[in-house]
Amino acid sequence: MDVPKTIVSSSPHLHARSSTASIMWDVSIALTPAALWGVYVFGFRALAILLVSIATAVLVEYLLNMKGNNPKTILDGSAFLTGLLVGMNMPADAAFAVPVIASAFAIFVVKWTFGGLGANWVNPALAGRVFVFFSFTGLMNTYRMPRTLATVDAVGSATVLTEIKLAIGEGAVNGLSSAGVLAETGYPFTGFAGSVSSWFQQTLGIGLSPYTVDAFFGNIAGCIGEVSAFLLIAGALYLMVKKIITWHIPVSFLATFSMLAWLFGGVRNGLGLFQGDFVLQLFSGGMMLGAFFMATDMVTSPTTHKGMVIFGVGIGFFAFLLRFFGSLPESVSLAIILMNIFVPMIDRYILPKRFGETIKEPKKQEAKA
Amino acid sequence: MERIPTFRKGGVHPDDKKVLSNGMAIERLPVPAELIVPLSQHLGAPATPLKQKGDTVVAGEKIGQASSFISADIHSPVNGAIVDIKKVNLANSVVTEAFVIVPDAENPLGNWPEQPYDMLSPQEMLAIIKDMGVVGTGGATFPTHVKLAVPKGKSVDALVVNGVECEPYLTADHRLMLEQTDLVLRGIMIVAKITQPKRIIIGVENNKKDAIETLRQVIASNSYPITVTPLKVKYPQGDEKQLLKATINREIPSGKLPLDVGAVVLNIGTSFAIYEAVALRKPLVERVVTVSGEAMSTKRNLRVLLGSKVADLIAFAGGVAHEPDKYISGGPMMGFAFHDDQIPVIKGTSGILALDNDPAMKAPQTPCISCGRCVAACPMGLQPTKLFRLIDNRMYADAMGMNLMDCKECGCCSYSCPAHLPLVHGMKLGKRLGRK
Repeated sequence: MDVPKTIVSSSPHLHARSSTASIMWDVSIALTPAALWGVYVFGFRALAILLVSIATAVLVEYLLNMKGNNPKTILDGSAFLTGLLVGMNMPADAAFAVPVIASAFAIFVVKWTFGGLGANWVNPALAGRVFVFFSFTGLMNTYRMPRTLATVDAVGSATVLTEIKLAIGEGAVNGLSSAGVLAETGYPFTGFAGSVSSWFQQTLGIGLSPYTVDAFFGNIAGCIGEVSAFLLIAGALYLMVKKIITWHIPVSFLATFSMLAWLFGGVRNGLGLFQGDFVLQLFSGGMMLGAFFMATDMVTSPTTHKGMVIFGVGIGFFAFLLRFFGSLPESVSLAIILMNIFVPMIDRYILPKRFGETIKEPKKQEAKA
Repeated sequence: MERIPTFRKGGVHPDDKKVLSNGMAIERLPVPAELIVPLSQHLGAPATPLKQKGDTVVAGEKIGQASSFISADIHSPVNGAIVDIKKVNLANSVVTEAFVIVPDAENPLGNWPEQPYDMLSPQEMLAIIKDMGVVGTGGATFPTHVKLAVPKGKSVDALVVNGVECEPYLTADHRLMLEQTDLVLRGIMIVAKITQPKRIIIGVENNKKDAIETLRQVIASNSYPITVTPLKVKYPQGDEKQLLKATINREIPSGKLPLDVGAVVLNIGTSFAIYEAVALRKPLVERVVTVSGEAMSTKRNLRVLLGSKVADLIAFAGGVAHEPDKYISGGPMMGFAFHDDQIPVIKGTSGILALDNDPAMKAPQTPCISCGRCVAACPMGLQPTKLFRLIDNRMYADAMGMNLMDCKECGCCSYSCPAHLPLVHGMKLGKRLGRK
């Protein structure tokens, strides 16, 4: 019997059946609910921004794939994911040129000039976002209120973080908490959030500001994909169940940030230590999107679990510093990029523990005598 | 509830596929028309031939002499005649001299009645084990007499018997534990007499609950001082390093042996071979081989004369149902793919598998995305992705400096790599080129 068609190859002869493409598409799936929520609350324009971002990223990837012997990565979903993340990081009212530039910068400069998939040293989507953020600060800071908060002027609103930052800048805080500041400025909240807040106050005796409730469910102004903390967490749980991300980065990041924000976050409001409203901080801005979907980017995070914890703690620290003491209201993307730069160093020095105990060699008697 | 232990670091959970063959009682493969008995069936130096072309041999007669300290004797499995001595390829790509033996048509098999062995001293038992050519039958085929010779000044805390059989598909040890329970345990007690351990543990993964139950019953009725420890299923628990971590919570240091942490490790098939060697004075001339895989017509556990051709085993199982993607000798995680079905079964052949077409095995390689899955999966605490990159760039010395030699090629990294990089292949290559 001859067996000409059988394969002879090195072991192992089984595989876990995962692939780079399956990982990328799963992350995109996990992001979809939060993106759809953004489309729902910000309207058709949000969808258009998402599509433009994705189309640009995929197109640039395709053009670069055409060139010479570049690896053909168009179908692995990584460009789609980068485009989706760029779009989710845009305000719904950004000019269409902004996502186009951001996506093109992400794929062309950040990803491909360093060698394509796996070779970039910062997260492409984040770098794209930061690039346009500093290039078109005005355009990137114009948010619209979600449809669920449509009691007020829809376009040109500030996010809760900007509102707080402005108030502090004007010295108008007078020892108020963050929620107090928002209430003072008359920042709106939904009726739903109001009733949840009072239920917490009356039934459980816990003070939960309606702004936190709105931030958690996504009834706040912000970028398309970052507003619904709830749906982002749901997506992250999906990724954890599928073992695509682990708890190490998000938990160490969010825990560090919360701890610091709780400890020192009240200081700038003229309050003492242990007065920071870290819960509102956690659910607003790009915190959840950053912690679960940006910081966990495999290419730009450490490979060891210990390294991942250090990486997460570092992001939490920088995110706190930048958000509370920096001049910009938003900080997560910069914090992640800062720590991306440390990843090669972390991977160099934080090694997994080698298997094998140390055995005490019997002491040489002769040497003593 | 008893707490079910396992080893802590790394490991993967492939589908164990044991159900294909674990209900099949061990059958005897009929004596084939021709046996190919290689002189190198073990780890270490090949044996020196004692016979020539044209000689007749009797079953159990020594035909190859161990040629160095780490080597093992080779015996004829049958009564018959040596018709040729030729070079053959083995599944593990070893090329060695082999006797081609044609069994006697009328009376090919030997007869080995049980003899009293209680009065033998440990040294005599050890000498018999060496004489009978016993090696580890789990796959590594380390000569057993070397392993059991406890040097002066060292004592054995634990004798750990490996009933894990963590490779998917394989059920040979499982069936032995079920069908030859008492003889396996007697083999273990012989080793206990030789090595004088303070305790004896059999580690069995709890996907073999029937075997755990049977072992416990027979141990209780014979009052053997043996504990059966069920282990949580995780590959590669059958490796002695992971097994010792799981059972006695000791970690063998890099480059050291189980004895350095006061342990002797032995698997089920070897225990059975030791019983046969000492009680029957029967050399290691046959073993149990699992014949399985989706493409195999029927799944079997066969008692096979060493030297039987793989084609004979496959034919006995009814051939393949359809063209398989791969033929494997051993288990799918560490076994060897082969293309020539004329290769013989040797002392370390635990399974012959015909694996189905699996698209995952043909997925193209994509760039490493530093996901860290290989790092998390490595039971030895290595960084396969970094090692692979170094080896790819021919920086073998640097790879050695990152403990490349600790790699035992268990396959967990390649198994879990979403980029489908041939990590284990890289490690093998790096070790070979790095040693020079």
